Amino acid sequence: MKLDVIRSIWPWLFLLSMSVFFEVWAQLAYDTSFLFNLFNIQSILTFAAAPLLLGIGVTFVIIAGGIDLSIGFAMGFAAVVFATITSSLGGQDPLVALFIGVIATMLIVMVPGMINGWLIAGLHIPPFIGTLGMYGVARGLGFIVADGVTVPVNNPILFQLGTIKIFGLIPIPVLITAIVVLIAHFVLSQTRFGQYTYAIGGNREAALRAGINVKRHTLLLYMISAGFAGLAGLIYTARFSAGAAQAGEPLLLDSIAAVFIGGASFFGGSGRIFGTVIGALVIAIIQFGLVFVDVEPFWQFLAVGIVIIVAVLVDQSRTRISNGGK
Amino acid sequence: MLEVKGVSKHFGGVKALNNVSMNLQAGEVLALAGDNGAGKSTLIKIISGVHAPDTGSLAYQDQPLHANSPLQARNLGIETIYQDLALADNLDVGANIFLGREPMKSFLGMTQIIDRQRMLKESREVLHSLDIEIPESSLEQPVRNLSGGQRQAIAISRAIYWNAKLLIMDEPTAALGVPEQRKVLELIDKLRTQKIGIIFISHNLNDIFAASDRILILRQGRVVGESKISETSREKVVSQMVSG
Repeated sequence: MKLDVIRSIWPWLFLLSMSVFFEVWAQLAYDTSFLFNLFNIQSILTFAAAPLLLGIGVTFVIIAGGIDLSIGFAMGFAAVVFATITSSLGGQDPLVALFIGVIATMLIVMVPGMINGWLIAGLHIPPFIGTLGMYGVARGLGFIVADGVTVPVNNPILFQLGTIKIFGLIPIPVLITAIVVLIAHFVLSQTRFGQYTYAIGGNREAALRAGINVKRHTLLLYMISAGFAGLAGLIYTARFSAGAAQAGEPLLLDSIAAVFIGGASFFGGSGRIFGTVIGALVIAIIQFGLVFVDVEPFWQFLAVGIVIIVAVLVDQSRTRISNGGK
Repeated sequence: MLEVKGVSKHFGGVKALNNVSMNLQAGEVLALAGDNGAGKSTLIKIISGVHAPDTGSLAYQDQPLHANSPLQARNLGIETIYQDLALADNLDVGANIFLGREPMKSFLGMTQIIDRQRMLKESREVLHSLDIEIPESSLEQPVRNLSGGQRQAIAISRAIYWNAKLLIMDEPTAALGVPEQRKVLELIDKLRTQKIGIIFISHNLNDIFAASDRILILRQGRVVGESKISETSREKVVSQMVSG
């Protein structure tokens, strides 16, 4: 019982300690506030949006005992597909071009998700290997579609969506991410789909015996993961008015770190959307905080890498304790 | 309630069951005993729809039984309780009892969500009806925090809640401590009063003599002994198991 309490508190502790750490640093070194600054908060939330979107999708997969390493390049693939389609419709009404671009991209990005699901659920390839293969495939396809360059989009509506702030306060990518977070939380905690995701991660055999269609469910999970990568790709393209195949490359690490900081278990069966939200905020605070206090950006990768290792170590020791020291 | 007549089953050249007949009444506990390879698991797998017999016939509640899958058998009220495969450890008691068949309720008239309140309430009721004691504070905890005996009891309650009439228990006490074994045996007693038929496989003669009404002894795929528990002895059972 105590363990479950620790499991739900520890992401908050992590968030608090990181916030205090950078606040103190900013106060001491620059005599300014890190957190009580609207621009910083907006930047942190915007920073957090893309890894959080990827993280939400992969939270579903990780709860069910899987992993999806292809999300970063699936995001880049989606970004260049979206940019290519939308800019090729440049002669059309901008709204029509945008609409077709969004629908077509979301459909196309489902394909790598379906293939992942089929490899894992149908052909019993370990998720780590199957999605690592797809990492390579999506990466290659992204650069092929983009012809190795960044694909610019000149769509006024998309530009607006990527840059304006609601009431001058909330960036649209942040708003979209917040809505998606609420929907994902609802699905995971209140619906049968969510319940079966936990059941499959807890005991696949019991789920099968209870009549749950584990194969179909697994396929859907990897499609959800790809769908979130697609959404992240759309938002990236909106923010920068361009699609790039490497858009999501550094985000694989960030998003999976967010899930584990958020209290999900590497062994499956546990994890929460709001945990992943906090995890993504922790990562964004570390990254933006290091920039803010003027540390070389390369240190970010090192810091996030260490954070993943710590999170998984904590998870392992928790699991050991709950297994009675075995 | 269950009648098995002249059932045989081959696996390649191995004759796993040879002309086996048995029957079971509602409210009766039948122990299946025998050495490893005697055919106990083949027999229960035929009853629970995992295997089809080569020859012979089965009847269940006075109807011919042709279950082609465990799911079909379960829909008829024949449920097998396996030691470790039954529960999702990360889910709570109600979620396990209702897994795959969750009660739903409307959410703002827009969609359906899981009715956890009802799962909790009905789980409490079925546990109570079987005299299973699980503290109120543990009902909403992951079942991994419960003891082996409590988890076994939850798996059994789940079967009972979903109207199992015939329970097949494969070594229900094997992984449990002594006080826990006693609880499971008490539960079997309780099920007997509720007119559930039970087939109970065990290596433990103490359990067999404590819980069952009748014993069927298999050896090399044949029935080599059958008697009321009150009319046999441990020595006789052991000698039938080893030398037929």
